[in-house]
Amino acid sequence: MNIAQKTTKFLTIAVIALFTTVNFALNSNENNQGKEDGGQVNTKTEISAYIKHHLADSHDFSLFSYTSSEGERKHFGFPLPVIVWTSKGLVTFMSSAFHHNDDGHVIVEKGGLKFAKIHSKIYELDGNATNVAFDETHHATNAHKVLDFSITKSVVGILFAGLLIFLGFSKLARQYKARSIPKGLGRLLEPLVIYVRDEIARPNIGEKKYKKFMSFLLTVFFFIWILNLLGLTPLGFNVTGQIAVTACLAIITMVIYITNGSKDFWAHTLWMPGVPVILRPILAVIELVGFIVIKPFSLLVRLFANITAGHFVVMSLIALMVTMKEAFGPVASTGMSLVLSLFISVIEILVAFLQAFIFTMLSSLFIGMAVEEHEHH
Amino acid sequence: METLLNDFSPGLFFMQLIILVILIVLLGKFAWKPILASLEERETGIEDALKSAENARKEMQNLTADNERLAKEARAEREAMMKEAREIRDNMIAEAKEDAKEVTANLIEKAQASIAQEKQAALAEIKKNVADLSIGIAESVIKKELSNKKDQLDLVEGILKDVTLN
Repeated sequence: MNIAQKTTKFLTIAVIALFTTVNFALNSNENNQGKEDGGQVNTKTEISAYIKHHLADSHDFSLFSYTSSEGERKHFGFPLPVIVWTSKGLVTFMSSAFHHNDDGHVIVEKGGLKFAKIHSKIYELDGNATNVAFDETHHATNAHKVLDFSITKSVVGILFAGLLIFLGFSKLARQYKARSIPKGLGRLLEPLVIYVRDEIARPNIGEKKYKKFMSFLLTVFFFIWILNLLGLTPLGFNVTGQIAVTACLAIITMVIYITNGSKDFWAHTLWMPGVPVILRPILAVIELVGFIVIKPFSLLVRLFANITAGHFVVMSLIALMVTMKEAFGPVASTGMSLVLSLFISVIEILVAFLQAFIFTMLSSLFIGMAVEEHEHH
Repeated sequence: METLLNDFSPGLFFMQLIILVILIVLLGKFAWKPILASLEERETGIEDALKSAENARKEMQNLTADNERLAKEARAEREAMMKEAREIRDNMIAEAKEDAKEVTANLIEKAQASIAQEKQAALAEIKKNVADLSIGIAESVIKKELSNKKDQLDLVEGILKDVTLN
């Protein structure tokens, strides 16, 4: 009863907070210019561009947009801070300055520099240029990318997931001080922790050494899982589908298993026993490349590709109701799209867990390979 | 591959790296360490409890076995004691019987002896009395003889009658 009350209270606060910010954002975005067709996504190319846009990171947190009866494009959401490292140092401004423009036509002047946003990337205009010039392959010719430390939508997602994980598990940790068996949310979280420990870390790393890596494995597992699930919500996060994020996870894994490699591991990697001496350097190169490049790469691409593909398929199936309207009529295409996207969404919920599991599993497997101490024959 | 590289945002990578490392450290300190420690504590607690329960069960088994053994021993002892007691009782009865027999035999013997003695004494007394009587009679007879013969005979007869009655 108590928990239910608390949850309702929390939800109410969350909803109120969301709506107030949305209203605020709505007011500040009122004078945006709409696209020529009113921003509707109707054709296949528009749909594919829209999906591409969603899959990329975004500098503002838009929930949805629509065209008002006056033909004005209205966006619901809130702007996020842009922090860029330019030729003149750190420059910050709010992403609302771009007025939701994503093709480089809105130029923002800040700190004596001009910026444009092209396909979710911030460009700094060279010299005295006032407009972005494009070549035939749609590459900007007079602007270059800047190092972008913005609080993008993905960063918001990462922070949000981190906060959720921290709140949930620190609460669980506090519960243990008073009672040995947790209650409420802790009762749900505890078996997950035990699952990661007993099914992932222990069998792969070994009873003796797994404790050292538990912090990393548990954090990564819940981080990926929560973000995968957040990606399935209509908030539209695509954090684990960002190659920078998965690359970061994979590289941290690599650094951990390289720095914790046992003597045996290095001996076997660099000078494989039981193999003709001529082959040993070749094997050493293969093994090194395997551990430093191929294994992290497989980790990062697997997660990235699975999540991106999932988002892509779900969005394409939702778009079916637009693309198939001509062929089957509105009712059939909408029904088909609903059934199929529902089906795939359910599978995606499974995939969300599966990918988190596989990433953590393989990480612990690689760590296990590195820390293993062989019985010498 | 080119689009992949193009999509790669070094800034996001950097942010993710910082946030993730901070997250790992914070969670490690405030969540995972205490959680895993208490889980382990609880597991060892459960294991210990199970072990001690098993020990207690074994002890109980031992105790019941002991109890049974003790009961058996006690029963055996009781039986032995009973048997001994019975034997002692029988012995005592037998001895008592023996003693009683002896005592009665003695008593009877003594009685018989004293009876014989008494008899002897009585006989001696009788003899003495008879002698006295005879003398008396003789005296009286002698005295009466002088007066009446018939009276003398009556007297003797009467005295003799008395004697036989005696």
